[in-house]
Amino acid sequence: MEDDVKKFLYVNRKAPYGTIYALESLEVVLIGAAFDQDVSLAFLDDGVFQLTKSQDTADIGVKNFSPTFRALGDYEVTKLYVEKESLEERGLTADDLQEIVWEDEDDDYEEKPSIRIVSRAEMADVMADQDVILSF
Amino acid sequence: MKFGILISEGPYTHQATDSAYHFVKAALEAGHEVPRVFFYHDGVNVATSLSVPPQDERNIQQQWSALAKDHGVDLVVCIAAAQRRGMLDENEAKRQGKTAHNIAEGFRISGLGQLIEMGIETDRLMTFGD
Repeated sequence: MEDDVKKFLYVNRKAPYGTIYALESLEVVLIGAAFDQDVSLAFLDDGVFQLTKSQDTADIGVKNFSPTFRALGDYEVTKLYVEKESLEERGLTADDLQEIVWEDEDDDYEEKPSIRIVSRAEMADVMADQDVILSF
Repeated sequence: MKFGILISEGPYTHQATDSAYHFVKAALEAGHEVPRVFFYHDGVNVATSLSVPPQDERNIQQQWSALAKDHGVDLVVCIAAAQRRGMLDENEAKRQGKTAHNIAEGFRISGLGQLIEMGIETDRLMTFGD
């Protein structure tokens, strides 16, 4: 790996609506993708709600930005870690999350899943492995 | 050590910006470098030149402006977050057809790339927020 590539982790802990943190976090991820760093996203606590499918924000009058997560693969953001315990504590399973994939150009552009469900202990390892952590 | 600072909560409502200020001052006094502070989310409101707190209270904007002047700290306000919240510099006000601008001395408006760049170029990125 090149010397000037750092491991960036964006930690998403808050629900997608109600506060602006989730949306403005995603804006950082999209801009940051242009810097060719090693990027991962983590979703824990209420942050796991950001990835749920069939979001409908019509009644609260704010933009539904959840489809943007499916575009992350095009920005070469392919590692979305979701904490298993956070899902379980909220009555959610992997089936409640959007399908998010990326195309592996080294493997005949095969579509591979971006979401990786990890335990709390594994999430700690993911965090320990980073150079820069941005928490939203 | 070289520190980058991210502030993600607004002034007065939340202590984040005060804690960041005290941290930066202490770090500089201890001989560390703080090349840049990045203001995001409601943190952009620190940069307003129009806040007038009571005289017996700290003036958060003036504290930061003084730090920029005395130590050359680059105070960067995220343009996307700023525009949502009515924070415009003279150029942006003109471009958007607005009648006023309110970015205080020592602060500058720029993009989120400056945050990523700060993460790349510093030894530690410290976030002050919730």
